[in-house]
Amino acid sequence: MKQNSEKHKIILTLNGETRAGYAESRTLLCDFLRHELGATGTHVGCEHGVCGACTLRVDDIAARSCLMLAVQVEGRRVDTVESLAGRDGLLNDLQLAFRRHHALQCGFCTSGILMSCMDYLERVTNPSEQQVREMLSGHLCRCTGYTNIVQAVLDTAQQMQARSRAGA
Amino acid sequence: MKPAPFDYYRIEHADEAVELLANYGDDARILAGGQSLLPMLNMRLAEPKLLLDISQTVDLNYIKIDNGKLSIGAATTQATLEWRAELPQELPLVALAFPHISHFQIRNRGTVCGSIAHADPSAELPLCLLALGGDVVVRSKRGEREVQAKDFFQGALLTAREADELIVAVRYPLAKSGQRYFFTEFSMRHGDYAIVAVAAITTSDTVTLAVGGVADRPVAQYWRGLSGGAIDDALNEFAWSLDAQDDQHASAQYRRHLVRVLGKQAISGAAQ
Repeated sequence: MKQNSEKHKIILTLNGETRAGYAESRTLLCDFLRHELGATGTHVGCEHGVCGACTLRVDDIAARSCLMLAVQVEGRRVDTVESLAGRDGLLNDLQLAFRRHHALQCGFCTSGILMSCMDYLERVTNPSEQQVREMLSGHLCRCTGYTNIVQAVLDTAQQMQARSRAGA
Repeated sequence: MKPAPFDYYRIEHADEAVELLANYGDDARILAGGQSLLPMLNMRLAEPKLLLDISQTVDLNYIKIDNGKLSIGAATTQATLEWRAELPQELPLVALAFPHISHFQIRNRGTVCGSIAHADPSAELPLCLLALGGDVVVRSKRGEREVQAKDFFQGALLTAREADELIVAVRYPLAKSGQRYFFTEFSMRHGDYAIVAVAAITTSDTVTLAVGGVADRPVAQYWRGLSGGAIDDALNEFAWSLDAQDDQHASAQYRRHLVRVLGKQAISGAAQ
């Protein structure tokens, strides 16, 4: 499939809904979501993969949206922070744990961190503090000092474990 | 900070990319995971006319055992290799290096071959490839060839790949009985580029030590019958041979110091 540098129509599944918009070949995924589709939950920080603010999930895999092109998600599934709360506006377990542990202050980095955690906790259901800190090393937060974020993630993992035991 | 305009191809089969590389050469860049290329595009350090996206190319996405080596296709992500259950048995050195390679979120998209193609002098995967004596498989319309790691890395971000060649796979030799491994590095923060990274492979009477982040490419040294005080002398000589440079991250003197200290840690750590 070839796309020249002009604008092209991109169709994707964003947070469970089919969405379409126009993007040049060079348009970054984060800019496409924010400016073309109005999905501004994904934040843009450093724009070269260091800060982690723009992290989202493409086909369930956590990835930097500043290091992907909009054309790369044609026909694929993208989930952003807007996918986490229910339609009724109720926060999910991870979000509730962030609130309970005061794991955010200004909130700029939070949407990216939440999306990393969602992917990671599905793969590693019982992480150690060391593992959580390593996973979070891919994100910069200037408010919290990280400790409360680590607590929130560990708490969520424990809740998920308890629930899966109860269900079993 | 946005990329300059380019045309984009989503590559379905490896040979499509080979065909396009034959026509466009240096004007085209291969986009695999994009974790090094996209920052360069965003900062306009690279302005290719054409991007060939192999990230969804099915015939380049594989890990297979091939003649005593683990062969990893060009579209295979680092995370796919990292989470492979057999990796600690197949490539213990690479398994030890993985936690040092950038971050979870970057490894999710970054490819193994992409790190080899980028050839950053401090990168871990090229260092392991050199230490283990692996090779790189490149393909062009002229045919396919295998390049040994020691010949492939030719300088900072420079490789033996010709402009019309596609890296199709990289092959790491599988662990051999009697070999022991150690990997360590020093960086300013966990996941940052290593100031010095070292990989050691030891047997009962041999030592292979590979060092990244000091010379303009990873460098490996092999010793037989090295023990006691001779280790310190050998490491000092090796450290001076690497032509360390001062830069904003560390002085040449400090880099030599790290080669001696981390080198000794790695050799004794592997031997245990």
